[in-house]
Amino acid sequence: MLEALFADSGPDVAHRGWPRTPVGPDSWRAIGEALREGKLDLLGLWGDIGAVQCVLYEPATRQIMSASLDARAGKVPSLAPFHPPASRLERSASDLFGIEFTGLPDPRPWLDHGRWPVQHPLAESPRPGAALPPYRFLEAEGPSLHQIAVGPVHAGIIEPGHFRFTASGETIVRLEERLGYTHKGIDRLLCGKSIEEAARLAARVSGDSTVAYSLVFARAVEAALEFDPPPRALWLRAVMAELERIANHLGDVGAVCNDAAFSMMHAECGILREQTLRACATAFGHRLMMDCVVPGGVAVDLEPAGVAAILSLTASLRGQFPELVELYENTASLQDRTVGTGVVSSALAAQFAAPGYVGRASGRSFDARICVPYPPYDAAPLEIAVRSEGDVDARVWVRIQEIQHSIGWLERSLATLPAGPVRSGIRAVPATSVEGAALVEGFRGDVLGYARLGAGRRIERCHLRDPSWLLWPLLEAAIEGNIVADFPLCNKSFNCSYSGHDL
Amino acid sequence: MSYSDWLIQLAQTALVLGVAPLLSGVTRKIRARLLRRQGASVLQPYHDLLKLIRKEAVVAENASWLFRAAPYLIFATTWVAAALVPTFASGLPLGAVADIIVIVALLGTARFLLALAGLDVGTSFGGLGSSREMLFASLAEPAMLMAVFTLSLFAGSTQLSSISAYMLGPGAGINISLALALVALIIVSIGENARIPVDNPATHLELTMVHEAMILEYSGRHLAVLEAAAAVKLLLYLSLIACVFTPWGTAVAGAGVLAYAVGLLAWAMKLALLAFLLVLFETAIAKMRVFRVPEFLGIALMLGLLGTILLFVSRVSR
Repeated sequence: MLEALFADSGPDVAHRGWPRTPVGPDSWRAIGEALREGKLDLLGLWGDIGAVQCVLYEPATRQIMSASLDARAGKVPSLAPFHPPASRLERSASDLFGIEFTGLPDPRPWLDHGRWPVQHPLAESPRPGAALPPYRFLEAEGPSLHQIAVGPVHAGIIEPGHFRFTASGETIVRLEERLGYTHKGIDRLLCGKSIEEAARLAARVSGDSTVAYSLVFARAVEAALEFDPPPRALWLRAVMAELERIANHLGDVGAVCNDAAFSMMHAECGILREQTLRACATAFGHRLMMDCVVPGGVAVDLEPAGVAAILSLTASLRGQFPELVELYENTASLQDRTVGTGVVSSALAAQFAAPGYVGRASGRSFDARICVPYPPYDAAPLEIAVRSEGDVDARVWVRIQEIQHSIGWLERSLATLPAGPVRSGIRAVPATSVEGAALVEGFRGDVLGYARLGAGRRIERCHLRDPSWLLWPLLEAAIEGNIVADFPLCNKSFNCSYSGHDL
Repeated sequence: MSYSDWLIQLAQTALVLGVAPLLSGVTRKIRARLLRRQGASVLQPYHDLLKLIRKEAVVAENASWLFRAAPYLIFATTWVAAALVPTFASGLPLGAVADIIVIVALLGTARFLLALAGLDVGTSFGGLGSSREMLFASLAEPAMLMAVFTLSLFAGSTQLSSISAYMLGPGAGINISLALALVALIIVSIGENARIPVDNPATHLELTMVHEAMILEYSGRHLAVLEAAAAVKLLLYLSLIACVFTPWGTAVAGAGVLAYAVGLLAWAMKLALLAFLLVLFETAIAKMRVFRVPEFLGIALMLGLLGTILLFVSRVSR
């Protein structure tokens, strides 16, 4: 399918990780058709100077491929009329690069709130900033409908985002999100940086997924430069990624319960999460393992004391976690809140290529570690946790199972860690610019990374796509028909990143 | 009514206000310990109130006089209601002019004012909180009244002191109607004091709030007064349950200093026990869906009604 689509297109360019094919507008529309028919998944779409690029995944063949379209004329056909998930991605590319997507059904700006000093900051020649017309929220009309505006400043200390509810009494008729409040201009900041500087920036895109981001950046750079880190480094990276997953999933399971005011789970899961972070600190010198994964390998080796710390952690989790799972399962009042709340249909999950636990809770059996395996998962595969209910309870269960799978994987892998160096030097860069892309499974879902390196090993363009891009729209769908008071619970079960999305 | 009776009334009135923040502090401490946390000092609510009183009160531009007046009115009505409940000594002079139905009415007034204040500024959260509060109140208030009727029918009086005295006397005993009234009263207390599973006093999730949503716009001294009123209300309900269902130890009017001391000690122990049970229950249960709460409060109403009917039936058959 993918190959047939690009049969009459130009030659592949120097793009590693998977191929990238420059296509014309007709093939671009054909991609749209294939997306509409559900034959392909859209994993990401972003702008470049004079180009648009998208990453496609074909579930049937587990193939992944990039396509790019010339945008030097300033106009490209929009994919959104074929495939609604493209909408926000295209709106962002339009905000950042000034590319016009013809036929885009929703032309409102997305990341640009009219408060930037320049318009189209990533374009070749940005225009001076200008106030934008007020953002028009989608209309929802009818008798007895009322609006509830929440955020961007919330009663608790959380990231900023605006939620516009239209409700009929307590029942939500429509939720519309407005994001972009934490836009930091990371895409721009990455341009022109050395690989080392860029790696530190990439690690800070979304703090809770710092290992996943470091990993995807490192893998994209390594793909572009065509070299492999030493085997031991590959295994240590995965050890870190699994520890990050365990810590975050533990936090989430507790936090979901806490949003139903069941604080006991929160407290107990908090203790286990803390144990995990302390084991990480002992093993890798940083609780969140920030900057531990670097292009070329890992920054710290795992000493025997670290192995012991992780193994004592897994033993402790094996002892305590099942009791908490039992508590979750047997607390009727809690089950009453989570079962049947915030259902994401499997059709929507498939359409949006729903990453991570959201997709897997709605029957989309995709996990980058298994479906597009990268080392060391190709040699040591994991089980995939899939459920079909699609509700808050299913998302909690997917996390619970993933914690259990990761514990087992860690124990098996630590016993067979290869010896050797943990870091190799980065080779000199060829004269022309080279590109690489990678997909890794973070705790929240697949993180996509693309990097183009130019002269002097400087970053020319780097784009990191958080799974939240594909999750946020699903939250809008999941909450429809639920009651207002259940939104926090549902939101927590998604636990989307604001920072990773707003970039 | 002697001079000393009024002195005791004054002492009790001051005591409920003085002790209420301590009771909240104790419940928070117990909760923290149950959740394996250290928890703040039991005196923390006093510090919080002091802090809030010293802070500037920020009032929305479009707030009316009602928004400013409501906290004081709510505080006053709640405090007066609390002063009518015997704590360490029964036979209060104020109790002679105001019975338990007045207490229910005073609390209803406070709730009405709070709901109005929540609507006054016109924010969506205030409106959301007020509408939920009224939904709950439409069942909680009749449930409370039914429980009160059961007690009054049983004891032959609507005076709390008389009910308390009757409970100690030979006429009282294990009675199914009393048990039903107790359960109804406990359910109403949980609902009225915005405790889990009806509401979560510690939440920061604005969309799930009920009581907190109504007072979300308040700050400074207004908030201090409302927080104090909420603390007094919890004390009121616990004292009410203690006074009617565990009347042992409570001093009677003019009983002397020793009896008062015993009464004080007994009251403190009863409150501590009830607070512990309340928090234990809260820790073991998740919050309900908003639309489950009316079912929960409906149980209280049915139990209260059943209690009254059973009493009638037993009277008639006797």
